[in-house]
Amino acid sequence: MSDILYLIIYGFVVTALVGFLASWFERKITARLQYRVGPPLLQPVYDIVKLLGKETLVPFGVSKATFLSAPLLGLASVALVSTLLWVNTLNPGKTFIGDLVVVLYLLTIPSMSMMIGGFASRNPLASLGASREMKLILSYELPFLLAVFVPVIKGGFSIKLGELLSFQAQNGVFGGGASGVLAFVVAILCVQAKIGFVPFDVAEAETEISGGLLIEYSGSSLAIFKVMKNMLLCTLPLFLIVIFFGGLRFDGINALYSLLKYIGILFLIIVIKNTNPRVRIDHAVRFFWGPVMVLAILAVVLAFKGL
Amino acid sequence: MAKTIVPIGPYHPLQEEPEFFSLMVEGERVVDIDVQIGYNHRGIEKISEMKNFDQSTFAVERICGICSTSHPFAYTRAVEDIIQAEVPLRAQYIRTIIAEGERVHSHLLWLGLAGHFLGYNTVFMWAWKLREEILDVMEILSGNRNNYAMFKPGGVRRDIKAEDIPVVLKKLDSIVPTLTMIKKAVMDDPVLQARTKNVGVLTKEKAIDYCALGPTARSSGIAIDVRKDSPYEAYDKVEWDMIVLKNGDVFDKVVLRILETFESIRILRQCLKNLPGGKIDMQITDIPPGEGIGTHEAPRGESFHYVLSDGTNRPARHKIRAPTFMNMPTYKATVVGETISDAAIILAAIDPCYCCTERMAVRDTKGKMLYNGEGLVKLSQEKTEKIREKLGRC
Repeated sequence: MSDILYLIIYGFVVTALVGFLASWFERKITARLQYRVGPPLLQPVYDIVKLLGKETLVPFGVSKATFLSAPLLGLASVALVSTLLWVNTLNPGKTFIGDLVVVLYLLTIPSMSMMIGGFASRNPLASLGASREMKLILSYELPFLLAVFVPVIKGGFSIKLGELLSFQAQNGVFGGGASGVLAFVVAILCVQAKIGFVPFDVAEAETEISGGLLIEYSGSSLAIFKVMKNMLLCTLPLFLIVIFFGGLRFDGINALYSLLKYIGILFLIIVIKNTNPRVRIDHAVRFFWGPVMVLAILAVVLAFKGL
Repeated sequence: MAKTIVPIGPYHPLQEEPEFFSLMVEGERVVDIDVQIGYNHRGIEKISEMKNFDQSTFAVERICGICSTSHPFAYTRAVEDIIQAEVPLRAQYIRTIIAEGERVHSHLLWLGLAGHFLGYNTVFMWAWKLREEILDVMEILSGNRNNYAMFKPGGVRRDIKAEDIPVVLKKLDSIVPTLTMIKKAVMDDPVLQARTKNVGVLTKEKAIDYCALGPTARSSGIAIDVRKDSPYEAYDKVEWDMIVLKNGDVFDKVVLRILETFESIRILRQCLKNLPGGKIDMQITDIPPGEGIGTHEAPRGESFHYVLSDGTNRPARHKIRAPTFMNMPTYKATVVGETISDAAIILAAIDPCYCCTERMAVRDTKGKMLYNGEGLVKLSQEKTEKIREKLGRC
């Protein structure tokens, strides 16, 4: 029973609320950087509520089941991965062998679901967006895995999130050493691509392919994708905090540190978003397989040397 | 590989105006394009023929919202060409000031849009914030942010007050540091360079073949600028340089426009400091029969107006050719072989303005084309001949 509660309360409700707040924070900071006023606090919620009230259109000749289930698949996977992260954050003892691997798998599913939706919608621009997303996944996934491998090495080859957390609580955070910093840099670039923010928003690229993947989505199905994206803004920084910065703790002064960690990572993502133009997909592939890959391998080597 | 058609338009987030480009693509690579215009034809030339010479100035001012002074400038010069009039010196300076102010805001607007097309919204907002300053300047000078309504055949409508000049100069001084900062930010950004260098190259030969104009031609190494080639108004009375770059890629087009903005500010400063006294209007009372040609270097290239007068108070024929009409075909030379990601910025690099360019397209209700471009040109020539015969000349 308590597992279901974790899924509903932490996996979905808390993550979504933090996600909405993060989305507002992102929009507000972006606006301030651009000399604009920015939206009110509840704007992300208004957006979703408005979309939920709109008609959901399904393009002619499209497999309805695939088209409409794609957003649900994405949302479900984000809720699940958030649950795993929250469970480990709140109670490191409830970890199980290989939950890190499960998290990594589940984190690719949001991108997959958007690809499925894009290909299912039979729109040339959506297909183009989906094929770009596919290339993007192929390019960032390996450096991301290598970056995650660094904490695993430093944590005594444990693939339990809970053990990684308790290890960090005793021996200091993984993000502290040279290999940790390198791995964190690699990971945050990959996270940028996972969220689909500039410079890696090639799959949606509004001014190039008019929204790409999401072009045919409307109403509640689009709302679900938006909720999913907002939740990713909570989940992905949380994941980085868990594996690099010792997770979140809510007792006393630690609550403040936790908040600072989260806002710091979010702010970094927003700054990267606002100081770069969109890269081209071939540049992105070359970037991830080239310099980022070298950094990731370097981080792994350093981690093996114990740095 | 199978060809897919990717549409840009008729309604597309990239474009503010309706215009339809079909990109034929293989994978991500563009292999051919097709352009369809005619979504926004307003019949300005006909409207102009129904107004008197003074009113037409306002009609042509509304051809374009961005280069709103270029068309009245070229038009009034065409009318003055009919009567061989020399405009008072003060009016010439005021005209130059308004035209250059417009160039500054037009180039800044384009710079912002270029940033937006590349997904760099920070540059977009910063450039547009800077543009507000120059719009304030224009408001001080003319009372309007756009569509200044300063021009009339024979002079200008409003004088520039002496007490406004120091305020405007101060505003211009405040623009330069921010512009320099944006210039550095744009020119030194590695990602931006990767996105724009050697992308959409228009070679010098191609630029000549396609008769490119303005910044599009100048970035390809062709030194063409009406302001230098046949100086008019105050352009030969102030010091400024024509910027010419070599590569013809998107990066050069960006840099060229930024550098031109500095030159425009230079012209503005000199004109404001050396503004001569005297009349601002020569009070033209009637236009004799005859024909005149007026040109002006608009922010996008040479704007061309032809006016035929039959001695009444209206133009008998008014022909307009905006620069985008010549620049848009170069898109075919630049985009084929590039990827879809770059198609948007390559198109944007010519700074297209479709409402200026718009030509009529005649289709039946099924969408079948009744007249193509050549057919319409023939119709137009026949009509001009008829008018000429009626007037009993050539």
